Amino acid sequence: MWRMYGEMQIRRNFYQLMRRDEMEMIHLTIDGKPVTAEKGTTILKAASTVGVDIPTLCYFELRDLGIENKPGGCRICVVEVEGRRNLAPACTTKVENGMVVNTHNIRVLNARRTVLELILSDHPAECLTCAKNGNCELQSMAQQLGVRELPYTGEQSTYRKDTSPAIIRDVDKCIMCRRCEMMCNEVQTVGALSAVNRGFMAVVAPAFEMNLEKSTCTYCGQCVSVCPTGALTEVDHSRNVINALADPTKTVVVQTAPAVRAALGEEFGLAPGTLVTGKMAAALRRLGFNYVFDTDFAADLTIMEEGSELLDRLSRYLKGDKTVKLPMLTSCCPGWVNFFEHYFPELRDIPSTAKSPQQMFGPIAKEYFAKKLGIDRKNMIVVSIMPCLAKKYECQREEFKVNGDPDVNYSLSTRELAHLIKSANIDFDSLPEEGFDNPMGESTGASVIFGTTGGVIEAACRTAYELYTGKKLKKVDFKELRGFENIRHATIDFDGLPIKIGIAHGLGNARKLLEDIKEGRNQFHAIEIMACPGGCIGGGGQPYHHGDSEILKQRAAALYREDEGKAIRKSHENPFIIELYKEFLGKPLGEKSHHLLHTKYFDKSAGVFVEE
Amino acid sequence: MTRITSLKDLQRLRDDLKAQTSARSDKANPDSIIQVKVAMATCGIASGARPVMDYMKEELEKRNIHALVTQTGCMCYCYAEPTIEVTIPGKEPVVFGFVTTKKADEIIERYIRKGETVEGIIARDYETIDSK
Amino acid sequence: MAKKQLRIALRNCGVIDPERIEEYIERDGYLALGKVLTELSPEAAIEIIKKSGLRGRGGGGFSTGLKWDITRRVKADQKYVVCNADEGDPGAFMDRSVLEGDPHSVIEAMAINGYCTGASKGLVYIRAEYPLAIERLKIAMKQASEWGFLGTNILGTGFNFEIEIRYGAGAFVCGEETALIHSMEGLRGEPTVKPPFPSESGYLEKPTNVNNVETYANVPVIINKGWEWFAGIGTEKSKGTKVFALAGKINKVGLIEVPMGTTLREVIFEIGGGLQDGATFKAVQTGGPSGGCLMEKHLDIPIDYDNLIAAGSMMGSGGMIVMDDANCMVSIAKFYLEFTVEESCGKCSPCRIGNKRLFELLEKITGGNGTPEDLDKLRNLSHVIKDTSLCGLGQTSPNPVLSTLENFYEEYREHVFDKKCRSSVCKSLMMYIIDAEKCIGCTLCARNCPVNAITGERKLAHYIDPEKCIKCGACMEKCKFGAIFIN
Ligand SMILES: Cc1cc2nc3c(=O)[nH]c(=O)nc-3n(C[C@H](O)[C@H](O)[C@H](O)COP(=O)(O)O)c2cc1C
Ligand code: SF4
Ligand code: SF4
Ligand code: SF4
Ligand code: SF4
Ligand code: SF4
Ligand code: FES
Repeated sequence: MWRMYGEMQIRRNFYQLMRRDEMEMIHLTIDGKPVTAEKGTTILKAASTVGVDIPTLCYFELRDLGIENKPGGCRICVVEVEGRRNLAPACTTKVENGMVVNTHNIRVLNARRTVLELILSDHPAECLTCAKNGNCELQSMAQQLGVRELPYTGEQSTYRKDTSPAIIRDVDKCIMCRRCEMMCNEVQTVGALSAVNRGFMAVVAPAFEMNLEKSTCTYCGQCVSVCPTGALTEVDHSRNVINALADPTKTVVVQTAPAVRAALGEEFGLAPGTLVTGKMAAALRRLGFNYVFDTDFAADLTIMEEGSELLDRLSRYLKGDKTVKLPMLTSCCPGWVNFFEHYFPELRDIPSTAKSPQQMFGPIAKEYFAKKLGIDRKNMIVVSIMPCLAKKYECQREEFKVNGDPDVNYSLSTRELAHLIKSANIDFDSLPEEGFDNPMGESTGASVIFGTTGGVIEAACRTAYELYTGKKLKKVDFKELRGFENIRHATIDFDGLPIKIGIAHGLGNARKLLEDIKEGRNQFHAIEIMACPGGCIGGGGQPYHHGDSEILKQRAAALYREDEGKAIRKSHENPFIIELYKEFLGKPLGEKSHHLLHTKYFDKSAGVFVEE
Repeated sequence: MTRITSLKDLQRLRDDLKAQTSARSDKANPDSIIQVKVAMATCGIASGARPVMDYMKEELEKRNIHALVTQTGCMCYCYAEPTIEVTIPGKEPVVFGFVTTKKADEIIERYIRKGETVEGIIARDYETIDSK
Repeated sequence: MAKKQLRIALRNCGVIDPERIEEYIERDGYLALGKVLTELSPEAAIEIIKKSGLRGRGGGGFSTGLKWDITRRVKADQKYVVCNADEGDPGAFMDRSVLEGDPHSVIEAMAINGYCTGASKGLVYIRAEYPLAIERLKIAMKQASEWGFLGTNILGTGFNFEIEIRYGAGAFVCGEETALIHSMEGLRGEPTVKPPFPSESGYLEKPTNVNNVETYANVPVIINKGWEWFAGIGTEKSKGTKVFALAGKINKVGLIEVPMGTTLREVIFEIGGGLQDGATFKAVQTGGPSGGCLMEKHLDIPIDYDNLIAAGSMMGSGGMIVMDDANCMVSIAKFYLEFTVEESCGKCSPCRIGNKRLFELLEKITGGNGTPEDLDKLRNLSHVIKDTSLCGLGQTSPNPVLSTLENFYEEYREHVFDKKCRSSVCKSLMMYIIDAEKCIGCTLCARNCPVNAITGERKLAHYIDPEKCIKCGACMEKCKFGAIFIN
């Protein structure tokens, strides 16, 4: 199934390219205004060039990532094209010469409003208690079109609520926009969600309407990040965190992932790309966390372990050891880990065994820091703030628990943290900039860029290069590894040794890259894979971007800015990391590291339903 | 099985087949034969055409009447299924409706054997592409 | 007497043994294919179909020749021709009859279609509930291959053509061509926005010519007898004949094939033999779930695509149901809406939710709870659903409501204002009443009422509590004195 979707996507992109070549211009009239648009443009886009804003609901686009959803299903965007019998959906109807389009006349307004009233008539009016309240596109549409009453009412379609470790499906609120389906099938090629049932009971669900947990879902959360309503939301753990904070017997430690600082500000009205590292630390302290640490510290640790593993594999390979598996794939993204456990279990000895930063942080907190403080690990609660929903699942994995006690107790999304801050009545904007606590608050520029696609491998290169060559890098920026292109290749010169790097973000791209490798079309030494388009800055737990890819770009730029501003920009130079190895871990890939910082992967291809 | 490899062959074959058929219903031809067609589409079968067809085959043979019983598609008289068409050499084909095995017996004995009129005849109510 | 029917599409049905290719060949079978392959260029053959005026019999009525031409003009390494044998319209069975009675005609026409459009592959999408049609089609395909009408180098002309069968699960919407194509691709059977039309981008995104069974069945005759012959039949804009499945309260239920331009009156009263038991004609429904109910005043319009649409109905695939006074028109509309609600694919909001609301409004009205505003709502909602739905299903599904509102408004009015159903169909609007004059108090009715709604002393007139009565009619059946009547 995904295969077909994937191919269609490629073909579509190809056609778009061809179209650009033609560049035939079309002349038409929209709301009385003359409009000129390239052939192939939709009425929706042509209208926007002359300031005519046509409301949309199902339509969705992340332009710079080549992601588009236009099933033409909601029918909110209908417009009148003179001479046509029926109204036309602006989002899918292409401009034609001489077209006369009316986007807001009485016929259109009545139809549009009636369609919205119909959608609302099959929707639970639960805004007050809905996770999407205030962020809901259906809610804003009702507001925009001024719906005050529902003339058509009747039975509502209701379904079983489905709670998985990371995602709640409350599809009574589903409006069949199919964005999640497009994300899961076309972009991620996971195929966990698709439309089921017919007519009034049609809804998007895992096959056979089983629970998401039983499907191949990777918890990447991309469906959640595009769902316009509260039909798909994260499992909210903030209540558990509040309880922990209120419990005087617990020492509550928090870690914040790199991508969070570049996006949290958006929840408080700050411009996308505003870095709020200091305010975030201040807010966490005011929320009552005993220690405010940084996942970036753990990211530096990840580089030490993962980078060393790469060097180890490389040098053994160069010495002719045939058992060495190359390329080495990064393993810091749990969405990606879930994906290959489901779909490429035969490749599971290729990814680095290094845990993700979140899961490296956990044991260091509970086995090292707790001991330092002289408290039992059971009395330490580790909370992570993540741009990610897969981390919610990751921290619940059995292998990341000691006698039932998880290394990381709760993982909150950026959005949940924002809610916590708001509900605690903290005026975010006026908070002072504060720093992280030590020892696990110090980080380097290398770890900050973990949050965007290409960042992990760039950070690894900085360290691996210096460890391998024994030389200092003249220039720490590897610009060739940056950007938003789906799949990127680069060759880095390790002092005469060309190291071939591959980068993919989005699981569909990862799949393509893996298949290329399997079929021998491409060879790499190391590959970075991030499940979310754009990397963690576009994670499933981030503030909603509502399809504005500019926001993602600004977040990425912010991370590179933070990196540039750091005094130390290479993980192996982090003094606290050096200290940690000296005092506790020994050496990278050493026995203790192996025990605490590395993991193994499972074959999950059996036992789950795979749609083909 | 004949594999037809040109338009000419096809036309020739058609002409041969046509000739055979007209010979079959030509009274003067010693090989002429009584033809019975049973409407065996879903609708006909549902209203009992199959037993009628079996009955016709068996009984005509038993009663030593030289006849060819074949199936055909829907004769479009759904209100009168099962329907059969009987062609006696030298006569126009006649369609009977509401044919049960009892009726079939009557058709064999009275219409086919004796040429008497039997109730239940459906008049053809359409033009064909040849007549138009 | 001139005969009203003319069998073109059904020419071989009930005439040949569908399982013997010889009988088809005897009746000029595969001659048209031979002629086209040997004597005509694709353009010339398409020109014949165009000039014949043949329009799609699957409901849309699009010019068949034009469609072929569009498919032909699109450049592609692979093209497909598809025969739409989904026939989801309840009560329609003309396509089934053609496939059961004359499968070779469709095979031949598809091959001609393949030659004309440049396709070497044909697909028949047929509902799995048609086992006999499938079996006969398979036999015919096998014979056609053996005899050299399918496969490679057909009739020595170098033309190659193959046919495959694909099975539909019986969803009505899968008869819509884009949904049909997705269903064949193994995707969810739901329509996509047109354009692009299948002729430009269809099965596996290749140019795909979709035609209906009956459309195909006409093609060989047009080639053999010439476009002039075909164009000489019918009305100005609708040529040839149309097969209808006559049903309902009519004497001669069955398939009929009439030249375009025949009037409804001729069909119902002459060909169909009038209404059963001398009942009074009330309405005729054409076009199935997408069509409308026409009344007495429409009986003399000549049947063709455009006239039926102008009258508020549709040709559709050819269902024709005759109704009499015992049919409640509000209930009829409700019946069709119930079907649409079941069969909507659920992709677009107006159809998914709007039809459900329409149905609920009709339920409310037939249940005796309708208000005057509900009538306005029915109308507005119907127009919006038609105006905004994604595919032909939603764009036509309110037709039964709109046409009955237009032609039988009085019945709606009675349901809403007088709480009366003149046809005694809507149970909630019926009242069983005991005529005190006639009742002798035998208590038989009271003893038979399943809900004990009847009270009364022995030998005294009885009374039915309308609140309790469930309108089962048991009492009326039992009363020996005819004392119980319905109001
Ligand atoms: C809801 C819906 C159901 C349809 N069902 C059928 C069908 O069962 N058979 C059919 O031939 N066409 C059906 N059609 C029409 C097809 O979309 C298409 O127009 C037709 O197959 C084209 O063939 P034609 O041009 O020969 O009519 C349906 C259309 C709609 C909107
Ligand atoms: S999904 Fe939106 S409209 Fe629906 S209850 Fe939640 S906030 Fe309200
Ligand atoms: S979380 Fe990711 S994999 Fe799971 S259903 Fe959503 S998009 Fe698909
Ligand atoms: S779950 Fe959300 S994203 Fe998916 S179809 Fe429903 S409303 Fe759209
Ligand atoms: S890319 Fe980042 S946010 Fe997305 S699943 Fe992976 S770790 Fe989580
Ligand atoms: S109109 Fe109905 S059947 Fe057609 S796409 Fe919309 S929901 Fe599906
Ligand atoms: S936005 Fe165009 S149909 Fe939904």
